[in-house]
Amino acid sequence: MSNPLSDLLRSYLAVGLFASLGFILVGLLLFLSWLVRPSRPQAQKYISYESGVDPVGDMWSQSQVRYYIFALLFVMFDVEAVFIFPWATRVELYGVFGLVEMLVFIGILLLGLVYAWRKGVLRWA
Amino acid sequence: MFTLTETWYLVLAALIFSIGAVGLLVRRNVLVMFMCVELMLNAVNLTFVSFSTALDDLGGQTAVFFVLVVAAAEVVVGLGIIVAIMRRRQSADVDDISLMRG
Amino acid sequence: MTAAVLQNVLASVGGLPSIEFSSVAPSIILALGGVLLLTVVSVTKDKLPVWFPAVWTISAAVAALCTVFRLWIRVGKWGNLSLISGAVGLDRFSLFVIGTLCVSVVMGALLLEGYLRREDLEGPEWYVLLLLAAAGGTTMAAANDLIVLFIGLEILSIAVYILSAMHRRRMSSLESGLKYFIHGAFASAFLLYGIAMVYGATGSTNLARISTFLADNVITQNGLMLGGIALMLVGFAFKVAAVPFHQWAPDVYQGAPTPVSAFMAAAVKTAAFAGMIRVFVLALGPTYRDEWRPMVLALAVLSLLVGSVMALVQTNVKRMLAYSSIGHAGFILVAVHSSTAMGTSAALFYLLSYTFMVMGSFGVVAVVGRKGDGHHQLSDYRGLGRIRPGLALAFTIFLLAQAGVPLTAGFLSKFYVIRSAIDSGDTALGVVAMLAAVIAAFLYLRVIVAMYFEGEPGDEVAPVKVPAAVSVAIGIALAGTLLLGIVPDPVTHAANEATAELVAPRR
Repeated sequence: MSNPLSDLLRSYLAVGLFASLGFILVGLLLFLSWLVRPSRPQAQKYISYESGVDPVGDMWSQSQVRYYIFALLFVMFDVEAVFIFPWATRVELYGVFGLVEMLVFIGILLLGLVYAWRKGVLRWA
Repeated sequence: MFTLTETWYLVLAALIFSIGAVGLLVRRNVLVMFMCVELMLNAVNLTFVSFSTALDDLGGQTAVFFVLVVAAAEVVVGLGIIVAIMRRRQSADVDDISLMRG
Repeated sequence: MTAAVLQNVLASVGGLPSIEFSSVAPSIILALGGVLLLTVVSVTKDKLPVWFPAVWTISAAVAALCTVFRLWIRVGKWGNLSLISGAVGLDRFSLFVIGTLCVSVVMGALLLEGYLRREDLEGPEWYVLLLLAAAGGTTMAAANDLIVLFIGLEILSIAVYILSAMHRRRMSSLESGLKYFIHGAFASAFLLYGIAMVYGATGSTNLARISTFLADNVITQNGLMLGGIALMLVGFAFKVAAVPFHQWAPDVYQGAPTPVSAFMAAAVKTAAFAGMIRVFVLALGPTYRDEWRPMVLALAVLSLLVGSVMALVQTNVKRMLAYSSIGHAGFILVAVHSSTAMGTSAALFYLLSYTFMVMGSFGVVAVVGRKGDGHHQLSDYRGLGRIRPGLALAFTIFLLAQAGVPLTAGFLSKFYVIRSAIDSGDTALGVVAMLAAVIAAFLYLRVIVAMYFEGEPGDEVAPVKVPAAVSVAIGIALAGTLLLGIVPDPVTHAANEATAELVAPRR
């Protein structure tokens, strides 16, 4: 069967359809609400929202350095989990050997956590 | 007929790698430079995965796991050094960091 | 059906890896030593004596060294081994390199002991990182798979990035850490891209399989292979600081805490060259030597000349040693370039003697740097021969050894390297190496002249204190430098026996 559309384009057809549908939907909703809503511009409406309190300072503010250490710890332990998933799908295959290996791996990670804990990194102070 | 072969992925990876390499050389903001390193490593990951498919060999995909972890470790250490520097001065620009010149 | 698929998968990876832990004992001892030290000191907090981490580190390194000797005998009896599905290869080459790394850990720990006390720095982490770095280096030395090699390199590099930024009160230390990090990450990415390309061209990351594949097949995608070789070479050249990929080295060596610069010069170089020899001489030597040798030749000649000439114009002794280490990298590259067994053993001998020479030199520099680690100008060495005759004499011997004066380790190592170059028909390269050695001799003489013939009595900035641990380290380095020069036979013999071999994974 000779189709004018190549295989590639056809496989992307669904993506294109969904994308255009998305755009149309959003555009339609925005248009409808523009039709219905009253328009009374006030200066206060342009202030960025900060839980009802008057906003202080710039939008670009530095966050506390303490958050950062948690982020780093998270990244580290999160990424190490990548080794656990493939192992978990084949636990029976690897048997006791695999289990012991994985326990050693997790044990080393735990030692890292113990270090972080004793170092006082986990305390918020 | 136009199909996506591995070559396309390899070319894409090469482009991404070059963007990362050039970015690392020309950009002066350390955080952007870190992103460029990530870009380079992930381009390599793409290369590994494409070869893995082309060769029908799982080795390339396993390599990606290790690269991911190494990249994360690298970035964590790099950010740690940056924070230590930022505590002493308020800029992430490498040109401000130049005590030593040959 | 699933079971059948599983069996196929298992068959394709050669069964579950059986791990003989005793054969990878050096790496395990070093890595476990680091991790346990971290746990012990963090759980007991400040209850341990100050000397504990240093003693622990040295014991771990000595224990690893003992297992190296045991394995050396075992390999001699039973032949080379391939472990963990062929990912790690145990031969006398890797054992020699591991031994060299253990020696540099012992001396590095001793230097750190004195340094940390003088600078009032808290210290278990330094030793932990030292041990982990060494574990990475040993992994690299025994790697039989490009991915294992990469992981070893990263463990080593990441630990050393942190080490060089560890002196947090000194801005230059932080800078040096950042600089080393950015250059190192760049290099790693290149090396990894090269590995990916070689994988694409040969279908494996295992060095033994790559080697047999290249011997049995005509590569259809030669461009891919050549690109991979070039990229890997760039990565390694960055790591060993070969010209033109050396710009980071002087800044990083200057800024890093001096014991760390010593470890960087000795251990990182040793491990990187071990990896380079495994990949280029062993795996790619038989089939692709005509392609990579010209590139290594260019790196070697440039490193020799630029390293020696640039070292001459430095006034900061740490920078001077950094440039001279670039020159030494050039010498070892000459040995790699010959791509023969003779070249490999010349490189091994050079690496061991360079470990002693450079550790000793930086040990003296660490002491003369005085509190604050800031007195590294040539003028700070004026009159050292009068104030501290012993220290000055030791430094003189290290510098003369680096220059290649007979009766020191430096002479023989240079001799072996040049012999291997001439043996493989590169007389011109041998001449360039000799020329570089002559140029470099001037630079070492400059320091010696400053120590003995310059400066008036009483113009010293601050007294030079030599801690006991540092004097032990300098003593070891001195003994090594002189013994390798006067009775080199045992080590030469060992280096000649330490031929590397790629052992294919058992099927």
